[in-house]
Amino acid sequence: MENIQTPEIAIETKNLFIFYGSFAAVSEVNMKIEKQKVTAIIGPSGCGKSTLIRAFNRMNDFVPSSYVTGEILLQGQNLYGRDIDPVEVRRKIGMVFQKPNPFPKSIYENIAWGANINGFKGNMDELVEQSLRGAALWDEVKDKLKKSAYELSGGQQQRLCIARTIAIQPEIILMDEPASALDPISTLRIEELMQELKKNYTIIIVTHNMQQAARVSDYTAMMMLEKDGSRSGTVIEFSETKKIFTNPKDKRTEDYVTGRFG
Amino acid sequence: MNPKRDHYPEGEALHYSLNRRYRRASIWQTLFFSALVIAILSLAALLYNVIDGAFGYVAFEYKNDPSEFSAKPLDDLSKQELLDILKANLSSGAFTKLENEKPMDTRSKSVLYTLLLERLIQIDTKQTWSMTDSIFRSAKIKAEVAEKYPEAKLEFRSWLTPVFLTTPMSSKAEFAGVRTAILGSLWMVGIAILFALPIGTGAAIYLQEYASKNFLTRIIQTNINNLAGVPSIVYGMLGLAIFVRALEPFTSGSLFGVTDSNGRTILSAGLTMGTLVLPLIIINAQEAIKSVPDSLRQAAFGVGATRWQTVWHHVLPNALPGILTGSILAVSRAIGETAPLIVVGASTFISIDPDGPFSKFTALPIQIYQWTTRAQSEFHSIAAAAIIVLLILLLTLNATAILLRNRVQRKY
Repeated sequence: MENIQTPEIAIETKNLFIFYGSFAAVSEVNMKIEKQKVTAIIGPSGCGKSTLIRAFNRMNDFVPSSYVTGEILLQGQNLYGRDIDPVEVRRKIGMVFQKPNPFPKSIYENIAWGANINGFKGNMDELVEQSLRGAALWDEVKDKLKKSAYELSGGQQQRLCIARTIAIQPEIILMDEPASALDPISTLRIEELMQELKKNYTIIIVTHNMQQAARVSDYTAMMMLEKDGSRSGTVIEFSETKKIFTNPKDKRTEDYVTGRFG
Repeated sequence: MNPKRDHYPEGEALHYSLNRRYRRASIWQTLFFSALVIAILSLAALLYNVIDGAFGYVAFEYKNDPSEFSAKPLDDLSKQELLDILKANLSSGAFTKLENEKPMDTRSKSVLYTLLLERLIQIDTKQTWSMTDSIFRSAKIKAEVAEKYPEAKLEFRSWLTPVFLTTPMSSKAEFAGVRTAILGSLWMVGIAILFALPIGTGAAIYLQEYASKNFLTRIIQTNINNLAGVPSIVYGMLGLAIFVRALEPFTSGSLFGVTDSNGRTILSAGLTMGTLVLPLIIINAQEAIKSVPDSLRQAAFGVGATRWQTVWHHVLPNALPGILTGSILAVSRAIGETAPLIVVGASTFISIDPDGPFSKFTALPIQIYQWTTRAQSEFHSIAAAAIIVLLILLLTLNATAILLRNRVQRKY
């Protein structure tokens, strides 16, 4: 008997175009991203990876003149629908940025603030501990919760940012090159952490580093500029990471992952 | 060998080229250094000029002989003795009036001494000399005084005294003080900041965080920048038209039951100054808000904060030191402005302390301006003393604001 259980979809894009003014930075993306898996987006610089991932929690709204056509569906609901509040989207879809950006507050407050503004009513100490444990940071900081987050190392700061994100209990965590500013050991810890996190969360990660994509992700989306010279990026291939790296369908993917391009 | 290498100087030529570069650099360095020296010299000249006027010899005569009032030398009199002399020699009406202003026995000895000089002995100042003259030409001055004013006493005096700070205005330079003016200046700056800081910060937040960048906001931005450079007298006219005339019921306090004043109050002056410094505060607050890194805003938005929560919890606290620095500059500008106050209607002679926003007022620059226009040299001396007071007041306010800023600055 074949396994007929269809994979659960966390988020889905339908014919998605992202524009800056009249320029389509990303065009025609159709992806179904599976729940509790790590999906990596790879591709050369300037192909729209960050633009795409920022569209998932409407961070592009802050770029003047940017807009989106098509749909991004979270549980069947279009995130760009008329009655959708972007603030609500960002609570459900958290984001970890390229450079660690903790708040200039204490470690404790870094986590508590997001919970507070979203109206968290439970036990805050418990939430802080759980979130820090979830980000594999608790043992390192439990004795200095009142200390400034800026006293932590870069890798610890990035894990604090992850803890801050899981404290608001999102459904999806977006990571925009989360390890590109970190040393190899901190990078490894973040990668290990992602394996833990995917038990509870769906993770989408943008990375420059193909080995990293191969190590951490279950699915990989390969982005490239369109061949027609429009400088517009699109997903040229999206499938299981194993397939992308061992048996790519597209010649351009093969060139890229084998190092003959980019 | 790389053929391009031939195009670069080597050996002697390199040495020559380097020397030329160093020479050129040192010329610029000298120019910049001399600019600094010129700046320091002009500041020193200013300070010297002010201090020179505030200290020095003064030749004066007593109109009434002190021995008529007291057998002892005046300096040796105790407070009680001074009080007795005043009581015995002043008319009872004048004494009661003084008593009503402030009970005589609560006044300090130096105040009573001043009263004795002012009311009974009465001083006639003949001439004053600058500090430099007093130090280097003291023999000549003494000879001159002995010849021209045989009756006069010659005394080296500091015009800046504690009494000068604590007495109100008087028509005689020897007894005039700057208390009323200091209080007026403080009231005015206080009102100006209370008015301009919240509005300016609010406008800056709106322009920086909310307004979309379009043609209209660019026009507004340009206008704010231009307003910061508008001559202050223009703001004086604005204040006269709006605060003194149009809003008279409000600024005179008649809306609040104050009956004895017109629109030329300290409130009008403060609001005018507030308008004057508003563009300055907006521009500085905008710069401060701009300097808050975008990554911090993204972090806040990323955990589901609204625009306002992001601004209130992150942007504003991190911009606060810069905003306070801006308000320091604003205070410095406001406290030294004279022209708008003249237009708005500062009183040049007033001896009653301002006791609220609806009082008539004077301010330090007004007082200084008024004294420097007088013919008698003793008024020039007290003007110099008042300038020192103004400078010290300015430095104190700045220091307070800097301390405040450093306290706010987060140590993260």
